[in-house]
Amino acid sequence: MTDQHRTGTVRDINGPIVTIDLPGVRSGEQVRIGEIGLVGEVISLSGRQAVVQTYEGTDGVRPGEPAMGLGWPLSVELGPGLMGGIFDGVQRPLSKIALQSGDYIARGLDVPALDRARQWAFEPNPELEPGQQIGPGMVLGTVPETEVVSHKVLVPPGVAGELEEVAPAGAYDIESTIAHVRDAKGTSHRLSLYHRWPVRRPRPYLQRDDGVSPLITGQRVIDTFFPQLKGGKGAVPGPFGAGKTVVQQQIARWSNADIVIYVGCGERGNELVDVLESFPKLEDPYSGRKLMERTLLVANTSNMPVVAREASIYVGLTMAEYYRDMGYDVVMLADSTSRWAEALREVSGRLGQMPVEEGYPAYLASRLAAIYERAGRVKTHAAGSGSVTLIGAVSPPGGDFSEPVTSHTKDIIETFWALSKELADARHYPSIDWVTSFSGHVHTAAEWWHEVVDRRWEQRRTEALALLARDAELSRIVNLVGPEALSDAQRWQLEGAALVKEGVLQQSALDAVDTFCSPEKQFALLDLCLSIYDKGMALIELGVPVSELAEMPQLAKARRCKSMYNSDQVTEIHAFARAVEQAFEGIRLEYAKEHAE
Amino acid sequence: MSIKEYRTASRAHGGLIAVQHTPGVAFGDRVRITDARGGTRDGQVIRAADEEVLILVFEGIEDLDLEDIWVRFLDEPVEIALSPEILGRELNGLGEPRDGRPPVLSNVRRPVGGAAINPAARTYPREFIQTGISTIDGLNSLVRGQKLPIFSGSGLPHNRLAAQIVRQAKLKDEDTSFSIVFAAMGVSYADAKFFRDEFANSGVLRNVVMFVNLADDPPVERLTLPRTALTAAEYLAYDLDRHVLVVMTDMTYYAEALREVATAKGDVPARKGYPGYLYSDLAEIYERCGRIHERHGSITMMPVVSMPSDDITHPIPDLTGYITEGQIVLSRELQNQGIYPPVHISPSLSRLMKDGIGRDDTREDHPHVAAQLYALYARALETRNLASIIGADELSERDRRYLTFADDFDKRFVGQDEAEDRSIDATLNLAWELMSAFPREMLTRLSETELAKYYRTAESQ
Ligand SMILES: Nc1ncnc2c1ncn2[C@@H]1O[C@H](COP(=O)(O)OP(=O)(O)OP(=O)(O)O)[C@@H](O)[C@H]1O
Ligand SMILES: [Mg+2]
Repeated sequence: MTDQHRTGTVRDINGPIVTIDLPGVRSGEQVRIGEIGLVGEVISLSGRQAVVQTYEGTDGVRPGEPAMGLGWPLSVELGPGLMGGIFDGVQRPLSKIALQSGDYIARGLDVPALDRARQWAFEPNPELEPGQQIGPGMVLGTVPETEVVSHKVLVPPGVAGELEEVAPAGAYDIESTIAHVRDAKGTSHRLSLYHRWPVRRPRPYLQRDDGVSPLITGQRVIDTFFPQLKGGKGAVPGPFGAGKTVVQQQIARWSNADIVIYVGCGERGNELVDVLESFPKLEDPYSGRKLMERTLLVANTSNMPVVAREASIYVGLTMAEYYRDMGYDVVMLADSTSRWAEALREVSGRLGQMPVEEGYPAYLASRLAAIYERAGRVKTHAAGSGSVTLIGAVSPPGGDFSEPVTSHTKDIIETFWALSKELADARHYPSIDWVTSFSGHVHTAAEWWHEVVDRRWEQRRTEALALLARDAELSRIVNLVGPEALSDAQRWQLEGAALVKEGVLQQSALDAVDTFCSPEKQFALLDLCLSIYDKGMALIELGVPVSELAEMPQLAKARRCKSMYNSDQVTEIHAFARAVEQAFEGIRLEYAKEHAE
Repeated sequence: MSIKEYRTASRAHGGLIAVQHTPGVAFGDRVRITDARGGTRDGQVIRAADEEVLILVFEGIEDLDLEDIWVRFLDEPVEIALSPEILGRELNGLGEPRDGRPPVLSNVRRPVGGAAINPAARTYPREFIQTGISTIDGLNSLVRGQKLPIFSGSGLPHNRLAAQIVRQAKLKDEDTSFSIVFAAMGVSYADAKFFRDEFANSGVLRNVVMFVNLADDPPVERLTLPRTALTAAEYLAYDLDRHVLVVMTDMTYYAEALREVATAKGDVPARKGYPGYLYSDLAEIYERCGRIHERHGSITMMPVVSMPSDDITHPIPDLTGYITEGQIVLSRELQNQGIYPPVHISPSLSRLMKDGIGRDDTREDHPHVAAQLYALYARALETRNLASIIGADELSERDRRYLTFADDFDKRFVGQDEAEDRSIDATLNLAWELMSAFPREMLTRLSETELAKYYRTAESQ
């Protein structure tokens, strides 16, 4: 292919948008621009001329310099060696780039994503026999990519036929041949440990499956109140500083996914460094291995070229689908989809396309929908199922949820964790607002909870939400006429809601104990707070004054339980719940005695 | 390639001129324009095509006779000369002297545009900087390598606060002082003079480089000024191993200049007429701050952003907040009560605080003290609000306690003298004094151990 590169000429440089003269170039084709060789992508054609969006800054490029078509669309390399890595928006390995070009990213570099020199221990699939018919997605063998990720080497999409041979167990680099397949036309294909895939084309699968089990994130307000399913799509909108990144990083840390792909799309460099520095030290609560072994980062920070930002989401998704095809549950976190949309807007603006709302092009909604559509639980060609859960942060200007990106996203997703500035300002974290958030997965999640944790889950959840709704109502009344207007029962409702807020909903990501909360502990805390409320209400109905209950020291302890006991100490929480029950019973007896006298 | 010179430009508006038939001019290159009287202006190529080149003229295009100018394409990017001699100097947005002294001469020349720091080369910032201001140190701690803007409004004392931070900022238990890069964009003569005098009076002037563009200087120059200033900051930090504190004021005027040029170019506006790329443009500036592996120096940034009509959702503070690692928000209400510095803690935030405080950095109780104070103050503000509706007399005893706390907190914790340099210990002790007005059962954010160690009721004090 190399000798067939077509060359042309640069005509016009308008920031990242470059017009070139290059007859025969195709839409979507990768091109190299100028002497320095900046990489870009053809986004429109007219006659001899092609408009290219470049993934790198164009300073210093002149009209008249060469442009070269590379013959393929933007693609990523898929093979062992991705896990634990950090890549830029077009999958260039940033750690290697740092070795080559120092602290600042140089332009025009050509560094492949996967290490060519590294040897991998390949173990062929024992069930394969030469002569057998094989097709896309079938497992040729495995490679231990990290301690936790067994990398399945798959027959790439589009390849089918008779297996001629598979390499024996041994050490191979990613370019070595590990199988030959003869297709129906008799052509023999050489397969290696990796293949390329164009990022804008979803990878094929056999069929879609319904989501069945919740993605456990260890975050109470998510798992207990607004659950996400594996293979679901969700959004975290919120104004700056409300906690979108922390929510996403918490999911990256503690969710029970096999693979985590974290895409820093137009956000801060330091947030990626935070992951890079902390994940190699943190342990996955499920496998006990270091979190970095199952994590992959894609980084196009806000100061990196804007066009590669648009690409970064697709690059992340394609890698997510690749691991899904191996039968893994993958979570992809995109922080932030608003920056992706802005990149789209910038390019469309420079192309002079007609803006429809707030400068965004008319195709914003359909592109967004197409991205989220790549999430899902599917039957893979390898006959298992795998999933991609996609959770996107949304950064609405001014925190206004009616703006285009938030409102279109809301129409597409199934889980909506709306962050509130009021809660964040009061340092109620996570600031997920229980009134405006929703999850379309409660019933499916309930089946799992009822079977695995407690049959009363859905009922308790509903009770808690009802109490919170009552609290909002009563607070409005208080703000009109003052607290004196409330009855003792109503005041106890306020106390109960406060207890649920502090004892259950609030969960500090920075608390060493409470940062992760197992489903069992989640339910134990919820049940504890609601039982206190129920028991207290029964006493108030008997005539016990609310002031007596509100001052019980057990209430303070109930608020602290979350950070006093870790997820293995649920029995302690149960014991405490029984102690509280006894205390209430004591009050009841005493009260009954007083009134009998 | 030889330097190209052209006789005429065809059209001009909004700080831009177009020159035709100039093949081979590079995008981003520097341009020098000479008028009939021999005056020169600087510019940069912002669109390069065979038929036409678009040039942004930093000094603006007023009084430029397009028929009678020379346009020279210098075949080099916009650069600044750097040497240790820049300290103590006052320069403009292009790095040229404003102080009547000779230009900075050096072989070290760097393009002001900079390049993106490779995220894999960064180190997470975690060294606590003591500013001596309780609301910052105690509740929104600043760390070395952080970008923490001051969100302010007209007439609020952001300059005094910035100056106080410059005077007092130091690492705990360490005596290294910061080198200061001061970038003024579109500020008044009086504001620039205030800072110059401040630096002189506190004896740090030798350690300061000022980049100044005043309100009556050409607005377009404001577009390069922060980039020039940051190029100098990078030189000081990474070539000379200094810890640099960059104070930039006022980013709002910067963004307005950007809007002016964007409008002239016909860029599609997003909100309030600001171009859609304002976010990326601001990020290119703010993200130049940070810490880098194996580099001794660092860049910490305190931009001042005045919020038009005190509106925090205005695009400039909004997009800034989406990029920076927190914000210190000043409040007119506190200012009107005579409280200095009028820092409103609720919307203020430091995102990098978590790794810079605690046992090894400040004190073990610091994280929980901050969380508890925030929780109490949030509740106290609700109560204050309620009291203003129904009257303080209607409040329960518990609520009245919150009311007193809110007042004490504003006066004693937020308020402090402009010359008062509080140690972090003093700040935390003061916090405990205020919190001890509540019964310990109510202080659920603090651990039992912390309560046992620091909680003192009024009687036991
Ligand atoms: N669950 C949490 N526990 C403790 N602190 C939290 C939590 N969530 C958010 N915070 C605090 O809020 C700060 C801001 O959160 P975060 O950076 O996630 O905001 P964001 O919504 O991503 O903002 P931006 O849009 O500007 O990126 C954090 O630095 C942290 O101090
Ligand atoms: Mg964020």
